[in-house]
Formats: sequence, C-alpha cells, structure tokens
Amino acid sequence: MDLAYGPRYEAFREEVRAFLAAHKGRFPPDTGATREQTLAWQALLIDHGYAARTLPRAYGGFGAEPDILESRIIAEEFTAARAPRAMSGQGIAMLVPTLLELGTEAQKQQWIAPTLRGEVVWCQGYSEPGAGSDLASLSTSAVEDGEDFIINGQKIWTSTAAQADMIFCLVRTEPDAPKHAGISYLLFSMKTPGVEVRPLKTMTGRAEFNEVFFTDVRVPKTQMVGARGEGWRVANATLGHERGMLGDPNAAEARLAELIDLMRGERLAGAALIDQPVLRDRLMRLQARVLAMKSNGLRVLTSQIAGESPGLPALIVKLQGCEINHQIAALAIDALGELGVLYGGSPHLRAHGAWQWRYMFDLGLIIGGGTAQIQKNIIAERGLGLPREAR
Amino acid sequence: MDFGLSPDQRAMQASIAGVLERVAPLERVRAFAESGEPVADDVWRALTDMGVSGILVDEANGGLGLGLLDAALMAETIGAHAAPSPFLGAAVLAPLALRIGSSPGQQAAWLPKLAAGEIIAGAALNEALAGGRDSGGVRAEGGRLDGETLFALDATGADILIVADQAGGLHLAETSGLEITPLATIDATRRFAKVRFERTSAEALAGGCLERLRNAAYIMLAADMLGASQTMLDKAVAYAKERQQFGRPIGAFQAVKHMCAEMAAELEPCRALVWYAAHAFDAAPAEAAVCAAHAKAHLSEVSRFIARTATEVHGGMGFTDLLGLHFWFKRVGVDRQLLGGPEQVRDHAARLQGLAA
Repeated sequence: MDLAYGPRYEAFREEVRAFLAAHKGRFPPDTGATREQTLAWQALLIDHGYAARTLPRAYGGFGAEPDILESRIIAEEFTAARAPRAMSGQGIAMLVPTLLELGTEAQKQQWIAPTLRGEVVWCQGYSEPGAGSDLASLSTSAVEDGEDFIINGQKIWTSTAAQADMIFCLVRTEPDAPKHAGISYLLFSMKTPGVEVRPLKTMTGRAEFNEVFFTDVRVPKTQMVGARGEGWRVANATLGHERGMLGDPNAAEARLAELIDLMRGERLAGAALIDQPVLRDRLMRLQARVLAMKSNGLRVLTSQIAGESPGLPALIVKLQGCEINHQIAALAIDALGELGVLYGGSPHLRAHGAWQWRYMFDLGLIIGGGTAQIQKNIIAERGLGLPREAR
Repeated sequence: MDFGLSPDQRAMQASIAGVLERVAPLERVRAFAESGEPVADDVWRALTDMGVSGILVDEANGGLGLGLLDAALMAETIGAHAAPSPFLGAAVLAPLALRIGSSPGQQAAWLPKLAAGEIIAGAALNEALAGGRDSGGVRAEGGRLDGETLFALDATGADILIVADQAGGLHLAETSGLEITPLATIDATRRFAKVRFERTSAEALAGGCLERLRNAAYIMLAADMLGASQTMLDKAVAYAKERQQFGRPIGAFQAVKHMCAEMAAELEPCRALVWYAAHAFDAAPAEAAVCAAHAKAHLSEVSRFIARTATEVHGGMGFTDLLGLHFWFKRVGVDRQLLGGPEQVRDHAARLQGLAA
C-alpha cells in the first residue's frame, strides 16, 4: 500500500502543470467555443501529448507508451486547472481503438488522424427500437447490390447524430445466419442520400439523443471493418470502452462537493439546509458511498497498472456509479424542496436547474450503456460464476 | 502508486484463515456459543502462536510492529470465521492505548505479556465513545475509578482493562477483584460484559488518545463486518449454484441472481473502503477520522443488507439454527450497534468536517 506516485511521475505532473500555466487565459471557453478554437486546442494538446497520447504517430497520435498513471495525472491536472480536456466522443473513444485493432491499413490511414484532430465527428449506430439489451437481434438490413450494400432500417439513442459527419453502424448482412453471426460493421457518411436524423426529446425536455432513419442508403463494400458477419466481434472489441466511461468516481466526488456547498449555502426558514439532521444523515451516507467507490477506483487502477484483470471491482462500477450519481441529484432536489422542482427560467432557480436536469438525465444513464439489470447479470455470471440466463 | 495488499499481507491473511479453518470451524463456534467459556483458549492460543496478539506491539516489546491495515486484515479474517477471540481488546485497543498513551515503563510492563499472549486485555470505552445508557458511566478521581460500564469488549477472562472515563480520560485497571458480569447479546460468538468499579485503583494513560482508539475500533468493527459479509455472500452464491428447484439451480433465476449481484456490488467497494481507512489511520492523519467513521457506518448498512439477503437466498434453510448462517447475521448485528450505530457515527463524521454544530 503506497499511494504516492513517486518522483518520475511527480516530474511529469510538473510538466503538465507548466503547460497549463503557460496557456492559462487562452483556454477555449467551456460553452460557445468556435469550431476553430476547439480544433486549435485539440491540435495543441496532441502536439504536447495531452490528447491521443498513446496512439501511433503514423496515424496522427503522440506515440507515447501507454501509462495509466500518466493519463490519470493529465486528467487530474486538467480538472484542477479547469482546462478543457482533450476531445473524447464516440469516434475517439470507440472507433479509433476498433480501427487500430481490426481495421485495414487503408482505413487506419483514412480515418484515425482526422478523427483525433476533431475534423471528423462520429456517431454510433448500434441500438434499435427492437434491439436494446438484446442488441444482437438488430434488424437494420444491408443487402448486397454490386459493389455496394443498400441499407434500410432505423437506429435510436444516437447521441451525436446531428453533429456527426460519419457513423459506425451495425447492420444485418446475413439474414439467414444465427443472430450473432449475421452482423457486419460499416462506416459511412451521415450525408449519404437516404440518411435522416430526427431529434429524440427525452423526459428532461431536451433532445440529448436522436433517431436515425436509413432509406436505401448506398454504402461501398470497402467501408466494412472486419469481415462480413464479424460485426458483433468488432463491436464487442469496444463496448468495454463505453462502460468504463460511465460511473467515474471522480465525477461523483465533484458532484458531492457541489451538493455540500449547496446544503451549506441554502437556507430554509433561516436555518442552513445542512443543519437538518435527516438531510445531513443522507448526505453522510452518500459521502461514504462515494469514498468507497473512490477507493474501489484506486484498487481497479492498481490492477490495471499490474496488467491484471480487475474482475469484480471493475464490473460493479457502472451499476454503482450511476446509482450514486442519481441519489446525489435526488438529495439535492429534496434539500431544495419546492425550489428543486422549478424548471425553465425563474429567478428562484438554483444552479441554472442543473440538479433537476441531472435527476432526470442520470436515470437515463442507469438505463443506457447496459441497463442496471444487464449489469447485474454480468456481475452475477462473470463475477460470481452463477449459471447463465436461458437465452 | 499501489493500492493493494503486499504479497506478505496476502500470505499472512491466508495463513490466519488456514489456522481458523482448523481451530474455529462452525462446530467450534457453535460449542463456544452454547457454553459459558469466558475465552476460547484454544482459538486464541492458535492465533497467538501466529503472532496475532503482537501484531501492533513494537518489535522491541516482542511484537510484530505492523500497521493498522495488517490488523484490519486479521479482523476481517476473524469476522469471516465468526471466530471467538479477544482480538479487538487484547491485540488492538490495549496495545494501541499503551503505545500512544503510556510511559516506556508501562509499555515494558504490559506490552511483552500482551504480545506473548500471557495476558488478555479488554476495553471499556462504550460510554465515552457512544454515550451512557442505564447505569453506564465511569468517574475517575485521584487514581481511582467508580461506576459501571456496559458492553465492555473482551472483558470476561481479561487480566487488564483499558477504561475510558466520562471525561474522556483513559486508564489501565487490573481485573482482579472487579465485578465482571457477562452481558448476553444476540451474538454468542463474542463476550461482552458489565463491569463495576468501586474505588478501583488504575494507572492513568496520557490524554488525547481516546479518539485514536475510537478510529481504530471503528475500522476493526468495519473489517469484522467485511469478513462476515463476504462469508455470507460466498455461502449464498454457493447455495444458489447447488440448490435445485423447478429443475435448475436457483442461481439461474434472475430474481436470485440479482440478489447475489446486488450483494456483491455493495460489498466489493467496502473492501477498498476498509483498506483505505486502515491505511489512512497510519499514513494520512488528516483524513483518518472521517474515513474510519464512514467505514464503520457504511459497513453497518451494507452488512445488514447482506445478512438479510443472504439469509433469503438460502430460503427456509437460512432461517434454521442447523445451517449456522445466523452466527454471522448476529455478529454483524452487534458490530453495527457497538460504540454507536450508523446514524450516530455519521453524525460524528459530519461534526469532524464542520458540517454539524
């Protein structure tokens, strides 16, 4: 047990701090940054190895050896300096690793560098109205026609579809094969004729997601990643990356700190909310859970550094992390009482309605990215070795 | 950066587990529970032979000189076996009180005997840490103690007691001539007692170490609950794989499978929390007290959920005396209340952070 990072990493931390200090005042704004500002910042970060750090130079990355602690230090220092982080998004987080592992050389050359630079934005075409938890039952069809496929069907929960240039999409190319064996993984432009994006308004009142409709969309066969019928394996190479992004304990810790500030600052009938014993008890319960998940995160990190599979401590992160976030938002709403249910513009609104939005949106995150129930199946079957569900 | 156990720590934990499997199987736990033995001498002797009694005693005084994380790993293992042993009083609280609060002369007088297992120590901290109920409350004046204390830990069979008075002062008293009455609780795997002091002479220990003892006790109780909860979860999972109904193992049914997944999802972060709190006790004093309180309170909640859910997974068998799952159920039930229930401990955590008046 030694929580110090050691001199080599502390030197690296100083480097990151020096970079951030040198550029302070020139960060692109949190909201309303122009595309030009965003791309310039991303280019600067790649140059210094604070974005695309471990991706090969040949494909536009920085080319450093993977090092979990260096990545963590970058994240910690950027957060502390309130500096905009490197672009993430589904193209960078999911497509790039997939192409590196399973793409052809031509695909790597064509797509990785512009994706890393933020010039090409991607969306993910996986879920369908009829294929949620049972994703492999998807029915969007791709029928061979000469050198092309003709695609028809519908995708849902496509979060960045409206801004995306391209989509990485699961389609059924072999309708007669068993469901997992009939899927292929295609890349195509969102500007292809026959692609239509419709915003999907959620319970929050905003459209954080979209539906995407395909009508006779023509895609060249060369745009396939992996072999025909191998799309399920290609997609699974990167689904793990998405689950890791949900349930981050450091995000929960930051939310909890905001909640503590709120409860100290807000008053009801002249007394601070933190002085209400029942609310304070709930706050302390959540603080313990956040501390436990933060410690659990250190344990997962240690396994990853050692190159070991973290097992159960990693399998529970999405389920627990999303649940705790939702409970933090719920306590904020309860502490605010009537003010906690204001929505839209009001001079009485606190934090621009962020708690109200989180209270609803966080429920979406409990369901999305593998529902809580699917997570429990995974924990029970892979973590505890219980028998598989009949499928 | 290494948040994990060292190979030595893993090996030590495994060897203690091996010893307890041999000397404290369920039949031995049951025999202790059904008898009036003040101490399970055979179990404690076996642990003492492994160095457990000297884990926190410095090497100069014959101990192993290890840290609180090592002690927490032992507490976890003892909890996992619901083993009867005076570990908390004799191996943790008394050595810590002596190390922090006594003179070299006092240390030389008591620590080697504690390390060697020649004497057993109990701890009477209940009223000072959790508040007095009924007749509880000890007054100290001129080197003498008066009054009663309830729920003294490991006091039956103890040779010396670490006693906290109402003002937070700490004392070391020998038990000869003291009136020590066992208090039967739902948990018969450990002994608790009411102790009466009447003009009892006691050695004063330096002030200011009561809070350290509180933190250590919270962490040890949390570790005991961690071990006990892991055992209950393991037993539930094993039963769900083996027990057949409707022609398949009950663990194939999502209702049962999800109960097991929920237990694992709650318990797994608890392990890291206990490690972190124990590490902070020695290495991060600024965080130590809050972490210790959260470990105690959070493990109290999680272990109650697991005790109930694991019993339900076992169905009717879980409710029987024969299966013995109830020993762990009751053990965590008592851990939860000892030195303050979770609401009280969370209130303490809030005060430590200036969040409560």
